[in-house]
Order: sequence, then structure tokens, then C-alpha cells
Amino acid sequence: MALLELRDLSVRFQTNDAEVLAVNDVNLTVEAGQTLGIVGESGSGKSQLSFAIMGLLARNGRASGSVMFDGQEILNAPPKVLNRIRAEQIAMIFQDPMTSLNPYMRVADQMAEVLVLHKGLSKRDAVAEAVRMLDAVRIPDAKGRIRLYPHEFSGGMRQRVMIAMALLCRPRLLIADEPTTALDVTVQAQIMQLLSDLQRDIGMAMMLITHDLGVVAGSCERVAVMYGGRIRETGPVGPIFAEPTLPYTQGLLDAIPRVDQDDEELRAIPGQPPNMSRPPSGCAFQPRCPYRRDICARIDPPLEGFAPGRARACHAPVAEVLARLTQAAPNPGQPAAHPDEFPPQPIPRGAVAGAGAAGTPSTTEGQ
Amino acid sequence: MFAFVLRRLAVAIPTLLLLIVFSFTLMHLAPGGPFTGERALPPQVLANLEARYGLNDPLWLQIWNYLVGIVVHFDFGPSFVYPDRTVNQLIAAGFPVTLTYGALSFAAAVIFGVSLGVVAAIRHNSWTDYLAVGVSIGAQVLPNFVMAPLLVLVFTLWYGLLPGGGWSFNDPSFWIMPVIALATSYMASIARITRSSMLEVLGSNHIRTARAKGMPERRVILRHALKPAMLPVISYLGPVFVSMITGSVVIDIYFSTGGIGKAFVDSALNRDYAVMMGVTILVGALTILFNLLVDVLYAWIDPKIRY
Repeated sequence: MALLELRDLSVRFQTNDAEVLAVNDVNLTVEAGQTLGIVGESGSGKSQLSFAIMGLLARNGRASGSVMFDGQEILNAPPKVLNRIRAEQIAMIFQDPMTSLNPYMRVADQMAEVLVLHKGLSKRDAVAEAVRMLDAVRIPDAKGRIRLYPHEFSGGMRQRVMIAMALLCRPRLLIADEPTTALDVTVQAQIMQLLSDLQRDIGMAMMLITHDLGVVAGSCERVAVMYGGRIRETGPVGPIFAEPTLPYTQGLLDAIPRVDQDDEELRAIPGQPPNMSRPPSGCAFQPRCPYRRDICARIDPPLEGFAPGRARACHAPVAEVLARLTQAAPNPGQPAAHPDEFPPQPIPRGAVAGAGAAGTPSTTEGQ
Repeated sequence: MFAFVLRRLAVAIPTLLLLIVFSFTLMHLAPGGPFTGERALPPQVLANLEARYGLNDPLWLQIWNYLVGIVVHFDFGPSFVYPDRTVNQLIAAGFPVTLTYGALSFAAAVIFGVSLGVVAAIRHNSWTDYLAVGVSIGAQVLPNFVMAPLLVLVFTLWYGLLPGGGWSFNDPSFWIMPVIALATSYMASIARITRSSMLEVLGSNHIRTARAKGMPERRVILRHALKPAMLPVISYLGPVFVSMITGSVVIDIYFSTGGIGKAFVDSALNRDYAVMMGVTILVGALTILFNLLVDVLYAWIDPKIRY
């Protein structure tokens, strides 16, 4: 039995103008101890997916479908049931460590209350355990620093505190929602290394939500690519990165700048991610897709298996997408099939300094 | 922190001094005086009176003498209108009354206002929220000069439950209507500020973290949301507390409570210089004190604020 199993999970938001379908019929499983990466651009629905699992959707959000954790249905479960699972079984760390810790409470109090609540520890024992956990995430002088407030820590240190707080109860699943996005690149690598070390020590599964392919390559076994609220490609990390069969995944991989290639421009996917209150007809990626054909605007392709462990949602044949990969280097001059819609706009490197945050696997795996 | 409080108290002294000089000067600049009446006094009598109260000294000397009286003897001078009473006596008689009903009104306004605001925020966009918003808007459009006669009409004239006026420190039935009349509109404002501030806090990331920690919603609100949500409320409460305990002329007139609210207005109408100055200084000193208290509370709630 899978540790976490999502069946037809959808998330809708009721806004003043329209109903927004942020997550659309997502099916996913996470096995115990496994790491699943969920990749997608901002607005692809990956964060809302994780909030739905934890029951943390905003007030105007409604989730439907099924979320089975260890054989128990937890989607839209009553608060009492959810509160036994949160932190104890499934813990979560968030994108922005600057605002995700309570700025009005000492770190000691914020961490200790988790253990007092879930493990019935005394305040004293809970703080002692929290100090041990801060040591484990390699915060120097944890005993002294635990008395501080969050604003007295740097960004990377705050994320370490978040991680330590999330792992206090030794959960079986950690949902990490863009854990390194708000941090600078050198700190990112440290945090990812820390997460995979702790994952190994505790033996927990991890759902790593990110837009950073480098992070995925460095730490995940399986990956699911999300676009426009749907999973559009899943499979083991190695094959997906070596032979991306989905035009969108291919575009994402192409967008990673390489030091070993001697071209001057960054290759971005042309166009914008879809506005989910008015999604495009058919396949959500179709307006930006170089493999677009007539059927794409009419029918949203279903997610279908095409090789062991791999599935994709695309009308273009696998062979056609792979064929392009074998070209020496994709020509940045003609990325889109519709140059009139998206005239190629080479972006000078200097203008997007730091856009290389999606560092290559080798840099994130360093340390 | 201690140094900050000391520094603020040190600044309070020149502030009060400026307040005294300004109000004293303004008061004397206005035409007329305490002894101008419909029937003009014989010039000799007027001259004697003015000499008795030092009104024919130059203004700077009058201010100087006044300040010396306060600093050396804590004496705010004799009333110009009630010759047998000093300002100290007038304030000593009236201030306990206003302090009692003012502090009670403040407590009522804070307790009900904050609860109403918190409940409305938790049940955002439900009928509870709409009811709470409705009640607070209703209370807002019922200022004390409307509330007071309504209360008297209902509780005194129709049902005969409560005394329609007067004051007794021993009988709380005299306190009830002044407290309700004074507290209502303040309660409404507090409820509205609390609600919007609480809504903002409940949408913040650290509240999501608290929920992800598996804490019951009640605990999330009380332990994680209430303190930051109170920041804007507290900055509103400082000046409100001062204006409540220094009384309301409306309450004093409708309920004949005998507080300093009425004494202050009467003194202005009668040009009773000493009483005006006395009450002005009292209000000024309390305002400075409670603004300081608000700053101290802020630093206590928000660890990022350090003075």
C-alpha cells in the first residue's frame, strides 16, 4: 500500500469573477521512504495541491477527490482527525521562511508547542528535544539560539528552524513546498543536502515541490510535471531528464543555462503560463507548444502510460518529440511554431542575472 | 527599555510645560474674562477682583506664578467662579466619578469589542460575521448623546428599573446607564478594528504554519493570532482610554453624574481659568502617560520593536 495516494484530486477556488480550477484530477502516489518531485511554473497548482493534502486551503478553496494516507481518507476530514495527522504523520515546510515562522514568539516556544501538543511532553523536555533537533539541522549554538526570535536568524537559518520544527515528531511524510526558492544559491545546496540527510536518518518519504529542475535531479526518485493544474508527465527522474517526451518538460530542460554550451542567450519557453480563471481550450500548454496540431486546441490529452513507470499527456507522438532532442542543439531562433504570436526575444544574459537559480544537478548536489 | 521609559518621561516634562504655556496664553488672548457678565461690575470692584486673582500682572508673570504654585505646592489655584473651592477640590470631587464610569466603560468596550471582532473574523462571511458587523455599525451610529436619552426612556421611564440620573459610589445601579451610553460607540470601533486586523493576521503565512502543526483552531487563534491582531487595537486604545476616563460632558449632563466632563465645559463657558487649566493639564498628563504605555505594550508584543 502506498503511503500517500491521491485520486482525482481537484481544487477549485471561488473568486468574485469566476471559479478557478487550480488543481485538476491529479492522481499520484508516494511510497514510504520515496522522494517525489513535483515540478511546474508558478501558478501551475503545485502549492495548492500540497495545501489540499494538508487541509490548509484558503477559505474560498474546495477540494474534491480522495487523499488516502496510510489507508485512511484525509481529504476534507474533520479537524480532529487532521490535527492528529498534521506534524505527527505529515509535516510541511513552506516557501518563505521569513514569514512562515511566528515573528511574535520565541523559537523555543514555537518548537516546543508541537511536542507538548502531540507527544504530551513537558515544556522543559520539549525544549530540550527542540534543541537536539536544531543541532541536527546544524544550527550552531542551538541551546542559546533557541531563545531568540525568528527575525534574529538569517534566511537560511530560519529555513533550518522550519525544517527542525517540521521534523520534531519524526513524520512519515514531509511536504516541502519550494523549500529553497527564497534562499540564495549557496544556501539552497546546503538546505537540500540537509533535507536528504535527514530524510535518510528518519526514513521518511518526501514530496518536494519546486520549479527548480536542478533540485529535482539531485534529490528525487520520481518526478511529476504539472502544468495548468494537471499532471502532464510522470516517471523516474533519470529517463525524464534524459529523454523528456513532453514538450513542456523539454522546454523546461532547455531553459536551464549550460556553461558547456557556447551560446549567448537563455532559451525561455515563449508565452505565459495560462490564466486558470480562463484556461485555454484543449491542452493548457497548446498555445506555447512547438508541436501543436489541430487536435490540441479541441481535446485535452489524457495522462497515458507509454513505457514502464512513465506516463504523459500529449497528442504529439513520443518519437516526434524525442527526434527534436537528437538535433545537435535546439535552435533558439525558432522555439515556437507560431513566431507571429511570440516573436523570438533573445534575453541577454546580464538582464536576468540570477535566473540560473535552476542550477544544474551537479551544483546542487555538491557539498 | 527602562532607559526608553525614563527618556520618554523626561520628554514629558517640557511637553507639559509647553501645553501649559500655550493653553494659558490662548485662554487669556480670548476676549472677556471670568468677571465679565451681563451686568457690568463697578470698576473699583473689578479692579479689586483682578488684583485678588493676579489678573492685572503681565501674562508671563501670571504663567510663572501658576507654574510655581503647581511645582512647589501642587496647587492649581482657586476657582474663579466658586470662590470657596480650589481646583484641586473640584477635580478631587469629579475625577473619581469619571474615572469609575470611564474605566468601566473602557473595560466593557474592550471586552465586547474585541470578542465581537474576533468572532466576526473567525466566521468571516458567515451570518455570524454579518450579524457582528451589523451590530457594530448599529452601535457606531448610536453616539452617546443618542444612547443616553434612549436608555433613560427605556430603563427609567418605561420599566423603572434604573435611576435616571445622579451618582452613588455605593450603588452600581447608578453606573449602568452611563457605562452603556459611553461604551457603545467605542465598542463598535474596537470591534471593527479587531475584525479587520484579525482577518489580516489569519491570512498570514505563520498562521498557516501553526495550522500545519496540527494545533486546534482555538489554540491557533488564542496563541498565534490574537497578539499580533491586537497591535492596531492597542494604538487606538491609548487615546481612547484617556478620553473615556476624563469623562464626557454628554454623560455628565444626561445622567447628572457630577464628573469633570461637565466641570470642564462649564469652566470654559464661565471663563474659569484655573479649572480649565487644571483639567487641561490632567488630560495632557494622562495622554502622555498612556501613549507611553501603548509604546511599551507594542514592544512587549512585537519583539522586532526595540527602543
